[in-house]
Amino acid sequence: MSGDYSYIFSSILSGLDATIEATLGGIALTIVLSFVAGLAMLSSSRWVRFVSRVYVEAFRGTSEVVQLFWLFFVLPALVGFKLIPLFAGIIVLGLNHGAYGAEIVRGAVQSVPKAQREGAIALSLSPFQRMFRVLLPQAVVEMYPPFNNLFIQLLKSTALLSFISAGEITEKGELLRPVYGSKLVFIYGVELVWYLLLAVLITVVMRFLERRGARRLGREPAVRKRRRRVSQKVPDTTGAGL
Amino acid sequence: MNWDWENARDSIPLLLQGLLVTVELTLLGSLVAYVLGLVFALLRRSRIPVVSQAVFLLVEFVRSTPLLIQVFVIFYLLPEVGIRFNAFTTGVIALGLHYATYTSEVYRAGIEAVPKGQWEAATALSLPRGRTWTGIILPQAVPRVLPALGNYMISMFKETPLLLAIGVLDVLNQAKEQAAVTFRAIEPYTLAGLLFLLISLPSSILVRRLERRVGQL
Repeated sequence: MSGDYSYIFSSILSGLDATIEATLGGIALTIVLSFVAGLAMLSSSRWVRFVSRVYVEAFRGTSEVVQLFWLFFVLPALVGFKLIPLFAGIIVLGLNHGAYGAEIVRGAVQSVPKAQREGAIALSLSPFQRMFRVLLPQAVVEMYPPFNNLFIQLLKSTALLSFISAGEITEKGELLRPVYGSKLVFIYGVELVWYLLLAVLITVVMRFLERRGARRLGREPAVRKRRRRVSQKVPDTTGAGL
Repeated sequence: MNWDWENARDSIPLLLQGLLVTVELTLLGSLVAYVLGLVFALLRRSRIPVVSQAVFLLVEFVRSTPLLIQVFVIFYLLPEVGIRFNAFTTGVIALGLHYATYTSEVYRAGIEAVPKGQWEAATALSLPRGRTWTGIILPQAVPRVLPALGNYMISMFKETPLLLAIGVLDVLNQAKEQAAVTFRAIEPYTLAGLLFLLISLPSSILVRRLERRVGQL
């Protein structure tokens, strides 16, 4: 009896690697794409703005599952090689959430007080210095809470990778289901607790980074009583829904 | 492999059939989410301490865990205790419950944005509590949050395809079926993606317009 439970537990645990890899890989790609696309949307070149806008709208306008299926089942037929499931998953997670992150970056940079920009111009800083020495350091602090939501969303999306057999927690659980049909409470309980733990971990890390970032700017960290997520992903005021 | 127009044309009727299911799921799921979200938001403000804490924990738990697993729990686990839903109903309930945790935060923000004077005036007029809510607070809180609620409907629309895991015949599942029959994945999957764009882009423009109108309130 207890052997069954420990088998189920260790079997689900064996998917934790893939879940964490997908989450961390997805987050890394999300951060890169968010900043590239987000800053590109603020570019003075119309073409750069146009290209980044198309990227953002295309990925925010379609379903993540469809994107996953497309990359995994259609792309191989077009280019002739197939991606490793986990790798394909990381790419889709990154591309999809990067599109949402781009709006976070754009919004945060735009919300830096205008005087900061004018001050930087008055000091004849180059556009590069203006962005990277003045605007971004202040904007980044504003980005932590929405990015926290986005990363938790990304963590939850890793469950979708079970569709392409990436070997993560949800898939491991589904493989157990036919055999241990009478222990579903335990199977799903263990899965849910893992996701919950990882979500809490992300929040803890992001809180820490936010406080550190605020201190570096000489600001008192905002006192927040508890985790509040008014809207998941981006406070969505501009685009194709969430 | 190149684009095959004939296969694309053949798959359109099935895809549209699937799209109808997706839209139905989204509308019904949103309805559940809007009602249940309001219930959660009101219970969170309940004076009975245990109730508000319990609802808070439930909301945080549902929101921090994947929708897909919640779908599995409703579809595979609940029948063990004698509650059985078909795949479509499971989808509506799972989407509705998951998004209710999002919309409850939206309502909460909307309710908190109602000026304190409104509450005080209601007390001064000695309106009963129920009447204060239905006659004063909610009529001011809800219109302001309509755009946010609309965005969640769009976002739910894009999350329905994961219900193919329990066999709901939505757009993507129809595309999958079609691909299995013809051995050509490119046309149905690409068209499925385009159908999502076709609906979510105009919807988000509508929501943006609504936002502008609400901004004038």
